[in-house]
Amino acid sequence: MSHRIIIFLSIFFSAIVYAENKNTNNKDLFFNEGLYYAYQEQYFDAISKIDAELGQYYGLDEPELNSLHFYLNHAEFSIGDFELYYRMHNRAGRAIKSVLEGNVDDEIRNGAVYRLAKIYHQKQQPINALHTIESSKGKIPDKIKYDFELLKAQIYISNGRFQDAIKILSKIENVSAVDGYASYNLAIAYIGNNEIEKGILQLDTAGQISSSDKYVLGLRDKANLVLGYKLMENKQPYRAKKYFDRIRINGPFSNKALLGSGWASVADEVPKKAIVPWTILSKRNVTDQSVQEVLLGLPFAYGKLEAHGRAAILYGNALETYSKELERLDSSIKSIREGKFLEAVVREESRQDKNWLINLRNLPDTPETHYLMTMLASNDFQESLKNYFDLDDLQKKVSSWDGYLDSYTEVIAQRQNYYTPIFPAMQEKFRLLDSRMKLRLEQRNKISERLNKMLIAPRPDYLAKVNERIVLNNLYAIEKKYTTGKKPLPQSVQARINRLKGAIQWNIETEYQERFTQADKNLRLLNTHVDKLDENYRSFVRTRQAATQSFMGYADQINQLKNRIRFADEKIKLLLARQGHMLELMSIKELSNRRKRIEELQIKARFSIAESYDRALKKQQNIELEKDKAKALLIQEAAEAEDIYQRALKKQKLEQEKIQNNKEKLKAEEVQDKEEKNEGDK
Amino acid sequence: MNKIRTVITALLLVSLPLSCWSAGLSREQIKGLDEQVQDIKKDVLAISAELQLLEEKLLYPSTSQVSLFVSMSKEEGYSPDAVQITLDGKKVAYHIYSFKEVDALRRGGVQRIFTGNIQSGNHQLDVSVIGKKGGSKTSRKITYTINKGVGPKLIEISLGSGSSAIKILDQ
Repeated sequence: MSHRIIIFLSIFFSAIVYAENKNTNNKDLFFNEGLYYAYQEQYFDAISKIDAELGQYYGLDEPELNSLHFYLNHAEFSIGDFELYYRMHNRAGRAIKSVLEGNVDDEIRNGAVYRLAKIYHQKQQPINALHTIESSKGKIPDKIKYDFELLKAQIYISNGRFQDAIKILSKIENVSAVDGYASYNLAIAYIGNNEIEKGILQLDTAGQISSSDKYVLGLRDKANLVLGYKLMENKQPYRAKKYFDRIRINGPFSNKALLGSGWASVADEVPKKAIVPWTILSKRNVTDQSVQEVLLGLPFAYGKLEAHGRAAILYGNALETYSKELERLDSSIKSIREGKFLEAVVREESRQDKNWLINLRNLPDTPETHYLMTMLASNDFQESLKNYFDLDDLQKKVSSWDGYLDSYTEVIAQRQNYYTPIFPAMQEKFRLLDSRMKLRLEQRNKISERLNKMLIAPRPDYLAKVNERIVLNNLYAIEKKYTTGKKPLPQSVQARINRLKGAIQWNIETEYQERFTQADKNLRLLNTHVDKLDENYRSFVRTRQAATQSFMGYADQINQLKNRIRFADEKIKLLLARQGHMLELMSIKELSNRRKRIEELQIKARFSIAESYDRALKKQQNIELEKDKAKALLIQEAAEAEDIYQRALKKQKLEQEKIQNNKEKLKAEEVQDKEEKNEGDK
Repeated sequence: MNKIRTVITALLLVSLPLSCWSAGLSREQIKGLDEQVQDIKKDVLAISAELQLLEEKLLYPSTSQVSLFVSMSKEEGYSPDAVQITLDGKKVAYHIYSFKEVDALRRGGVQRIFTGNIQSGNHQLDVSVIGKKGGSKTSRKITYTINKGVGPKLIEISLGSGSSAIKILDQ
C-alpha cells in the first residue's frame, strides 16, 4: 500500500515538475526583450518595454493564459530593480517595498533590501538606510553576504552607532571578500567611538594589507594617510612620517602623502629630510592642491636650512606659477559662464569614455578640468551630472515623439480617405450576404434537427427525392382536379394513380435507410462548407473591424499624448536648464574656492619672498662686514708686521752698525795696540 | 500668446532658484531638483509605454502582425557577428552585433529584430547568420515556413553552437 502511495506521489510530483519546466521553457518574448535592453544598461528602454507588457497583461480578460503570467513576480521586481539603476529611487523604493512586503523568498527580499539601503546610504539618508537594512530577515544571498554586513556597519557608523558597527566589523575584518574595507571602517568606528589608540592601531593594520586589488591598495594608502595626519594632529611627527612614507608614490594619495611627509620632517626639526619629497612633489601637475601648497613648503624648508637665497628664488617661482594659475582659473570660470563646459559635457564621445572629464583637457575652449577632479568625485556632482545626461536623453526622445505622432495622424488620415468612400457600398453588400447566410444557416439547422428527430421517429416522406415529390404532387393535383367536379374518377384512373403512388411510396420506404445515411453524409459535407463559410464570415468581420479601427478612435488619444509630450518637453527643458546651471554653479564654486586658496598662497609667498630677501641680504651684509673686519685685521696685522719688520730692520741695522763700529773700534784698537807695540819695540 | 506665457513662466522659474543659488547650493536644492528629475522620468516612461502600445495597435494590428525575435543559448563557444532575415524573398532585417548585444543575448535577453504585417497563410522565412565558433568563422542558414493565422505571429530564432545551430520556435 505504502509503495503505491510513494509511486503515486512520485508520478504526481514529476508531473508538476514537468509542467513547471514546460511553462518556464515557454519564455515571454516581450519581457525578455526588456531584459535585452537592461543587460545593455539601457534602462529607459527596458523599463518602458516591460511597463508596456505589464500594462497589456493587466488589461487581459484571462491573464493566466498569457506567457508573462509565469514571470509576473520577476517582471514586477525587475521594473523596480531597473528603476533603481535608472536613479529613480523614489519610485523604485515603492516598487521594491512592494516586493519586500510581498510573499517572496527571503533571499530575493534581502537582495532588494541591500540595494535599497545602499541607495539611501549613497544619497546620504542614514535614517532611511538604517530602517531598510534592519528590515532584513532570514537568509542573505551568499553573493552579497559580506557586502551586506559591511554596508550595515557603514550605515551604523553614519548613524553614530559605532559600537554596533565595531561588533559587525570585528567579525568580518579578516574575510577576503571585504578585505581592506572592513579593516578601514573598523578603524573609523573605533575613532568615532573615542577609542583613539585602538583606532590608530587598526589604521596601522589597515595600512599594511597586502593585495593586488587597486581599490584595496587605494584604501590601504588612505588608511596610512589618515593615520599620518592624525599623528601630526597629535603632535607626533616622528611617528607620522613612517605612515606617509608607506603610501605608494604613484597612487591617488601620493601627492598628499609627499606633502605630509615633508611637513612631518619640518615639524620634527629635520627640514633637510623634507627637501626630497617636496622637490618630487613640486615637479608634478601644478593644478593639484598639494603641489600648489608645496611651492611654498619647499622654499620654507630651504629657509630653515639657512639657504635664504635659494628660498627667495623658489618663492619667486611660486608667485609666478600662482599668477599663471589664477589666470587659468579666471579663463575657466569665464568659459563655464559662457556655457562651454556644458557643451563639452554633453558631447556624445564624452559619455562613451569613463575618463571623459580628463579628456576634456584635450578639447579646445574647455575649462581646466584638473581643478574639478575633487568635485567630480563627489556624489552630488556625479548624481547631478547623471541627471543632466538623462534629461538630455529624455529631451531627444520626447522631441522625436512629436514627429511620430504627426506621422500617425497622417497615416490615419490616409486610411480614412481610402476607406470612407468604399465603406457604404461594402456595408450594403455585407448586409445582403449576411441575411442570406443567416437564412441558409437556419435551413441547415432545421435539416439537422429533422434528421435527429428521424432517428427516433422515422419519416421516410421527408427523404423523398425531388422528382418523386413532383410526381406525387402531380398525382395529388389530378386527384383534386377530378374530385372537385363531384364526379368520381373512373376506377381505372384511380387504380393507376394509386399504383403510381404506391410505387413511389415503395421506393421511399424501401430506400429509407440508404437515403437517411446519404442525407447524414450530405449534412456532414454541408457542415464543412458551413464552417468554411463561417470562417470567411469571421475573417471578413475582423477585416472590416480592423479597417474601421485603423483610423477611428485615435484622435483623442493622439491629442492627449501630444499635450502630454508638449508639457513633458517644456518641463524637461526647464529642468535641463536648472540642472545645467546647478552643474555650472558647482564647478564655478569649486574653481572659486581654489582661486581663493591660491590667492592666500600668493599673499603668503609675497611675505615669504620679502622675508627671504631680507634674510639673504642680512646674511650678505654680515658676510661683507666680516670680510671688512678680516681685511682691517689683516691690514692692521700687515702694518704691525711692517712695523715689526721695520723695527727689526732698524734693529738689525743698528746692530750691524754697532758691529761695524765694534769692528772699527777693534780695528782701531788693534792698530793702536800695534802702534803701541811698535813704539814699545822701538 | 501661450508661447510668450510659457517663456515668461520658464524665465521666472529659472530666475527664482538662481537668486538662491547665488548664495550657495544647499543639499535641499540638490535633492529637490533630483526629485523633480525623477518625476519627469516617470512621466516620460508612462508616455513611452503608451506610445508603444499605440504604435503596435496602429501600425501592426494583431490580425496581420508578425514579430521576429533573436535569442541565444548560453553556450560560450559561439558568438554571432551578423544576421540577415528575408521574408518571402524580401530582405526585412539585417543586424551587426556589438559585444554588449551578444552579452545581453547570452544572458537571456531577446532581441526583437523585426515587426511587420503579413497576410494570413504561408510565408517563407530565410535566416542566415555569420559568426565565430572557437575562433573560426561560421555561416549558417535556415528556411522555415510561417503559417500566419488570425492572431499575431511571434517567431523566435534561437542561435546556438550545438547540432541544431539555428532553431525556429513558433509561438
